[in-house]
Amino acid sequence: MCWVTIGARDGLASGVVPGTVQSIERAAAILRVVAGSGGRLGVTDIAAAVGLAKTTAHSLLRTLLSVGFVEQDPATGRYALGPGLLRLGTPLDVNELRARSSNWADALAARSGHAVRLATLAGTEVVVVHHVFRPDDSAQVLEVGTTLPARSTALGKVLLAYAPAPPAELAEVRTQGWAAERGEHEQGMGAIAAPVRSAGGLVVAALGVSGPLTSLFDGRGAPRSLLLAMVTDAAHAVSRELGHSSA
Amino acid sequence: MPDRYVLAVDQGTTSTRSLVFDRGGRMVAVRQREHHQYFPRPGWVEHDPMEIWANTQRTAAQVLGDVPDAGDVVALGIANQRETTVVWDRVTGRPVTRALVWQDTRTADLVTELAARPDAGLVAERSGMAIAGYFSGPRLRWILDHVPRARERAERGELLFGTMETWLIWNLTGGPDGGVHVTDVTNASRTLLMDVRSCRWDPDLLAFFDIPAEMLPEIRPSVGILGQATALNRSLPIAGALGDQQAALFGQACFAPGEAKCTYGTGSFLLQNTGTELVRTRSGSISTVAYQLAGEAPRYALEGSVAVAGALVQWLRDGLGLIGSAAEVETLARTVADNGGCYVVPAFSGLLAPHWRGEARGLVAGLTSYVTKGHLARAVLEATGWQTRDVVQAMAADSGLSLPALRVDGGMTTNNLLMQFVADALDTPVVRPMVGETVSLGAAYAAGLAVGVWSDIEALRRNWHRSAQWTPSPERAQALTAEYRCWERAVELSIAWGAP
Repeated sequence: MCWVTIGARDGLASGVVPGTVQSIERAAAILRVVAGSGGRLGVTDIAAAVGLAKTTAHSLLRTLLSVGFVEQDPATGRYALGPGLLRLGTPLDVNELRARSSNWADALAARSGHAVRLATLAGTEVVVVHHVFRPDDSAQVLEVGTTLPARSTALGKVLLAYAPAPPAELAEVRTQGWAAERGEHEQGMGAIAAPVRSAGGLVVAALGVSGPLTSLFDGRGAPRSLLLAMVTDAAHAVSRELGHSSA
Repeated sequence: MPDRYVLAVDQGTTSTRSLVFDRGGRMVAVRQREHHQYFPRPGWVEHDPMEIWANTQRTAAQVLGDVPDAGDVVALGIANQRETTVVWDRVTGRPVTRALVWQDTRTADLVTELAARPDAGLVAERSGMAIAGYFSGPRLRWILDHVPRARERAERGELLFGTMETWLIWNLTGGPDGGVHVTDVTNASRTLLMDVRSCRWDPDLLAFFDIPAEMLPEIRPSVGILGQATALNRSLPIAGALGDQQAALFGQACFAPGEAKCTYGTGSFLLQNTGTELVRTRSGSISTVAYQLAGEAPRYALEGSVAVAGALVQWLRDGLGLIGSAAEVETLARTVADNGGCYVVPAFSGLLAPHWRGEARGLVAGLTSYVTKGHLARAVLEATGWQTRDVVQAMAADSGLSLPALRVDGGMTTNNLLMQFVADALDTPVVRPMVGETVSLGAAYAAGLAVGVWSDIEALRRNWHRSAQWTPSPERAQALTAEYRCWERAVELSIAWGAP
């Protein structure tokens, strides 16, 4: 069968090139076998095809599963290429981002008592992709799809700070892992935001709360510690949801 | 004052979840475990009740361990998949067969036969629902007819019947060793065996379906002490139980006549509170019990169930491969400004409310070379909006109640294009609550209300907060009224297409 040929040619029997990382080579060989198998192989067949011990192949497959590069049929245990691999090189879909972040954004609004926004960078613009109302049942308008100024908002600062060639004044944002906005965008109002990372560690969005300056910051202008922890925890939780493991 | 928590068990179609809520109605911990789906023949769907009971015990014990001071968890509430039928031996505690799941269609012939009887009108008159295989009574009858010796053993009082909440409560309270055999009134109302006015088992309906009364559980209010759960790592009063859709209505705090919620999942389920009045339906919605507080009159609701909502988006993903994930349907739909004249009627296995036409089959109408996959994606989302309008119109015709706003929950509520379309199609504001877990929250509310965690219904209402709102645009609403006629024609065609 076709996959056997592929497996033998690209497997490890041909030897390891010096100066390369063995586990990546093995993972690549496994991906080729899985791709060629049309989702018909379980761990035993895959291990045999690449010439690895079953336990080694299993731990590599588990890692590939955790980053979304393969998926496993729960009924048969067989492996197929995962959605994460198919989407490599294409930006995360904003509607997917909203769906995956929704539970955490709701919880952040409920616990903090503030409005929550999730934003991404589209070119140089900061676009709101998810918005949860301040939980006081006052009249509010859904801001999904609106753009925000990048330099004067906490969400924009986070996104700029982690973009290629970040402005020097935002170096601090990367060091501390969050950004603040103190009345620059709207008088008397502020915000705190933190980065959301995808499986590979890339910052794909910013998540933050906004509200009156006095309720977000203490007398010296520092973010209230409990609130800051809620924001960074929620951003970590969304990152985990997207497959980022070290968050 | 230390916070007090309530444990909710949401026994659903694919999994059993145990959740803990605080007094603010916020979820503080959750554990979940899926169970096997058995498909022994086409149209048959079964669950293993022992597996579901084990999953309940396990997730509840785990989630109680997650809460820093489990001693502050003061009550347990249950929400369950409705109409799924279990029959078990009261001495051994073993089911006589696997549970017949609400999606199972094996009773179709039996129901056709029963509906043809001259006295079949009795069913709708007493139970409030037209006779259909959708409900649990015919499933119970099937078990009695087909499991060896089941009828004779049931008549001797050796077997017990229950829907999932009954099965779990019996096991939680001791099983063969003194387990309490009770059902809540919302679940009982889905059997076709209960008099929907008196909320008692009806002897004439039992005779009609040939069900021995010995095997039936006692019918209890949804909010009130049902028994003491002794089978967990901590003893708790079971203080509330509701069918899952009624639990969502309760969790959405729809306590006043006219208030309604719609859950958008695989299918969609719209329930509208009609207060203490039982509405006689003529337009295709169902009258059902919404909930009952101990010592009070039952509250009723109109229900409209739509079989295919999110399942159509899954078809676009898995059947056609046009999108990589369900959420991407919105991205694809936004590549175009309108449906391009395209309509999709997702009558995969007939149409439920308000049409009730099992023979209808799905169709894509209005195809021209102009139509792209973007238009198709839009038509797929609009189908869910149009079906909501079908149901809402039928309910308005039946109840005469206006709909102040539609409260929504479920996975599809993160789809802004769909939610705005629903608001425009209904010309009614659509609002989403802060806590999306409305089914389990409703179970927690019922139990917490019974033991005094919340003083009254008003306290629950104060916990409800809006996380998003979609306001109808008058121009769009007007334009959609014209487009709705196209949808209605497409529905007629789908019925005609499937006609024998």
